[in-house]
Amino acid sequence: MINFDYSKPATVGAAITALSKDTKAKFIAGGTNLVDLMKRGVTTPEKLIDITGLPLKGIEQSGTVVRIGALALNSEVAENDIVKKQLPLLSQALKAGASAQIRNMATVGGNMLQRTRCGYFYDTAMPCNKREPGTGCGALQGYNRMHAILGASDSCIAVHPSDMCVALAALDATVVVQGPGGTRKLPFLDFHRLPGNTPEKDNNLQRGELITGVEVPVNPSLAQHSLYTKIRDRASYAFALVSVAAALDMKGKTIRQARLAMGGVAHKPWRLTIAENFLQGKEATVANFQQAASLALKEAKGYGYNNFKLTLGPNTLVQTLKTLTGV
Amino acid sequence: MDNFFDLNIPFAEIDRVDGKAKVTGKADYVAEHDLPNLTYGVLVGSTIANGTVTAIDTKSAERAPGVLAVITHLNAPKVPGYEEGENPAKGRTGGGGLKIFNDNRIRFNGQPIALVVADTFERATYAASLIKAQYNKEAPHTSLADAIKNDKPIEGDNYKEAVRGEKDAWKTAPVKVEGTYIMPIQVHNPMELHATIARWDGDDKVTVWEKTQGVVSTQQSIANAFKLEQKNVQVYAPYVGGGFGSALRTWPHAIAAVMAAKKLGRPVKLVLTRPQMFMLVGYRPEAIQHISIGATPDGKIVGMRHDAYAVTSNYENFNEGLVAQTKQLYACANLATKYNIYPMNLSTPTWMRGPGEATGSFPLECALDELSYALNLDPIELRKRNYAETDPENGKPYSSKFLREAYDLGAEKFGWKGRKPQPRSMEEDGWLVGYGMSSGMFGAFRGEGRVRLKFSGDGMLTIQSAVSDSGPGTATAMTRIASDAMGLPVNKVNFELGNSAFPPGPTQGGSSTTSTLGTTVSMACDSLKKKLVELLKTQESEIALADVQFAQGEMRLKNGKSISYTDALKAANLPSIELTESSGRNPEMQKYSAYSYSVHFVRVKVHPLTGVVRIDKVVSAGDAGRIISEKTAASQMKGGAVGGIGGALMEEGVIDHRYGRWVNNNFADYHVPVHADVPDVEVVFVNKPDPVLNPNGSKGMGEIALIGFAAAVANAVYHATGKRIRELPITPDKVLL
Repeated sequence: MINFDYSKPATVGAAITALSKDTKAKFIAGGTNLVDLMKRGVTTPEKLIDITGLPLKGIEQSGTVVRIGALALNSEVAENDIVKKQLPLLSQALKAGASAQIRNMATVGGNMLQRTRCGYFYDTAMPCNKREPGTGCGALQGYNRMHAILGASDSCIAVHPSDMCVALAALDATVVVQGPGGTRKLPFLDFHRLPGNTPEKDNNLQRGELITGVEVPVNPSLAQHSLYTKIRDRASYAFALVSVAAALDMKGKTIRQARLAMGGVAHKPWRLTIAENFLQGKEATVANFQQAASLALKEAKGYGYNNFKLTLGPNTLVQTLKTLTGV
Repeated sequence: MDNFFDLNIPFAEIDRVDGKAKVTGKADYVAEHDLPNLTYGVLVGSTIANGTVTAIDTKSAERAPGVLAVITHLNAPKVPGYEEGENPAKGRTGGGGLKIFNDNRIRFNGQPIALVVADTFERATYAASLIKAQYNKEAPHTSLADAIKNDKPIEGDNYKEAVRGEKDAWKTAPVKVEGTYIMPIQVHNPMELHATIARWDGDDKVTVWEKTQGVVSTQQSIANAFKLEQKNVQVYAPYVGGGFGSALRTWPHAIAAVMAAKKLGRPVKLVLTRPQMFMLVGYRPEAIQHISIGATPDGKIVGMRHDAYAVTSNYENFNEGLVAQTKQLYACANLATKYNIYPMNLSTPTWMRGPGEATGSFPLECALDELSYALNLDPIELRKRNYAETDPENGKPYSSKFLREAYDLGAEKFGWKGRKPQPRSMEEDGWLVGYGMSSGMFGAFRGEGRVRLKFSGDGMLTIQSAVSDSGPGTATAMTRIASDAMGLPVNKVNFELGNSAFPPGPTQGGSSTTSTLGTTVSMACDSLKKKLVELLKTQESEIALADVQFAQGEMRLKNGKSISYTDALKAANLPSIELTESSGRNPEMQKYSAYSYSVHFVRVKVHPLTGVVRIDKVVSAGDAGRIISEKTAASQMKGGAVGGIGGALMEEGVIDHRYGRWVNNNFADYHVPVHADVPDVEVVFVNKPDPVLNPNGSKGMGEIALIGFAAAVANAVYHATGKRIRELPITPDKVLL
């Protein structure tokens, strides 16, 4: 880890100004990922701007929207009464992530901004276009068991590791960001990027912008039938091989609408729009689930070690829908 | 050998004597130990697996704040022992075969190319990141599968085909099973990082705090490397935070710390990083094994063949008993085994819990399971039909063998009779349910030990030996034995270890410490009793040792009189009694074969759509002789089961063979079980004494706790799914595809 300066601004404005002034500066909140990256020499900020003093911790409902401050801890959000009642999918996804200790440090904004856990990204002696553009993708023909099957490019086949983001993608959340030019909102699905030829960019934040919160619309019908399923190599404290966030609006045995997203399969949380459209108005049957699942993964492509995800992905979706509907 | 005690009386329960220190943070582990004037060393590893260092830039590191020295092969002080060709610190449990900083050759990825020493750990770590090396790269060789295809294994007596009876008998048997089994690299990864502190006390004396399973072997290794008198190397290892075999050797980083401390004239602390723990302190070598078994329709094994292929480094041959158990576990007249190792661009592996027998038991016990289905026979019944009543290799009787009892005890506790014989016939809540079992065995040993004993006027009995305790509870077991022998309460016995100034104790490996040192402690207590009785003789005439009962701190005589040990000392005007005692192998044992046995039972739930495997019940039954300390013994078996769950379901060291470089050498990517993966492991012991091996009737336990476990899980997964998975770990991808 290199030496770095440290500051702790008291206002959002001051934090944004501090970051805008200094291209070698980074925000730090819980630090559960950034500190690791600094220790490994993957990221070498010369200045850390500690944002944990900013007033961005609140969780509140106004009308049909739950607003969650960017600095709300993962553990707080997961156990928050409003979230548990209105957004059970989000609570479940958060609890599936990391460990209790990490959730108690990690913030909502930090969770969104965590970097991939690709082993080639973390090892500075290995090629990685995300860490060092132009060096190649070590995983493409390497050990890619954890890697993407959707939306990848030859530049990068890394996956976004978050569970929380998969739920937020399914729940049509909006990201609120503030920068030198003011405040703007991005649909959650537009926040993270696909790798393309610029895998070094994980998201569409502009220089100097700070995530201040997320807004999640509430939908009592969807909340009634929500389930986050995470398949991993051990029972806890492991990243998803595949995960599914699903929320269904049911009338009897009929699916009025579905919200589906998949994690562990792409450079961003992957919304399964085609499967959602297919299921709309259909009966909850295993055959329909299977068809939806195969539609959902139609474009998927394996890279060797991760070929199993082509089976595990659809199966996990089917299993989640079966559990949700009891068929 | 006489038995001192009635072996059929079980030992009373005892708490771990160092438990409180460990859980309250009072235990002083090497990495936490502080010394005046201490400096901190950090190793820099190579980024290639094969080739030479052509240039190394240390300038920025040397200029970095707080840096005191940067050592590389270009400026390393000579290690006098390295001059003799063969590394003198090599030995069975001796130093590392790699001569650190001795030349510019890179033999494996992560090989230390520099040591940075600074006034703080953080500054040393930072400076280490500034070191840049240039290499002449050569193609790395790290793939065992490629080596088997393209290369010849190492030749030598250890690698010759061994044949018993007719070599190919299995081929003509009416019922046959065959399979190729793959076990990846597994890494010991004790919680405590390997660490060394070295401090020179003059030109010819050094004091070393070391994470070691062998206090004396560390002392010898360092003495040999630096050409010192053995007594001039003082080793401390008061606490060891797990070893599982990784601390059986004195590795090159320890030599580097001693070297640096000499160069600087200040003590140096060197703590490995977690990634370095994967590369610098050994691992369980990857193994590919082919096994074939032939049997009669009524389940008699008529022939077996077992070929094992494993990796080693290209500077040392590492051998272990992959095929040993195949030769021993079942009565089978015809057998052929061959063990092969290939030199790779990897660091030298080392014994990891269960060692080679755990690796070899995976194909053997899976094949037995497969055979049981082919014969439509219960897997336990099949094993009983091939029960070895005497050693199949040499016909010797066993000193004790209660494997049959272990099968029955374990099966009863587990509820084995609830198993439906057909694969994929049991279900619960949408999960497939499977029952699996396997057995394991490991040699029961007794080596040489020495203790010093002091009984003081205040009633305290102190026993010292230069042994270390990597976790099983050695001090607890020795305390139990001494307390029991002397009729003293546990809190009046103090067993001290981890100090080379104490009489030499054994290296803690091969499940032999309790057998070895327990014998010495028993004998020392017996000597103390004799001395106490001699004190009495000044007051009472004609007292035979056999006529004295030692209980509750007093000698009780036949005539009804009793005198406390402390009063006896006082009456004789003695402040204390001191003695040393040593014990060795039992010559009687030449007539016998001696083994400990385990039987593991596992119930799995397998999700048919996602391939997730959950272990929800484990029973491990052990024949480890008479149990000295029930609680720590059960803990040791439970620890073996936790390790077994890891090996079966998740542990896998991954190397990218294009670079010969690790891709998962950290705890986020190399998975070991978390609590949620481990059910309440139930342990049951036969708890019958071995009448020959040692006076306490104990046998070893550390290895059998793990041996066979992976096969029990694989067998349960087969029973649940009908799918035979022959490659570890059994992750969802392997279950699904």
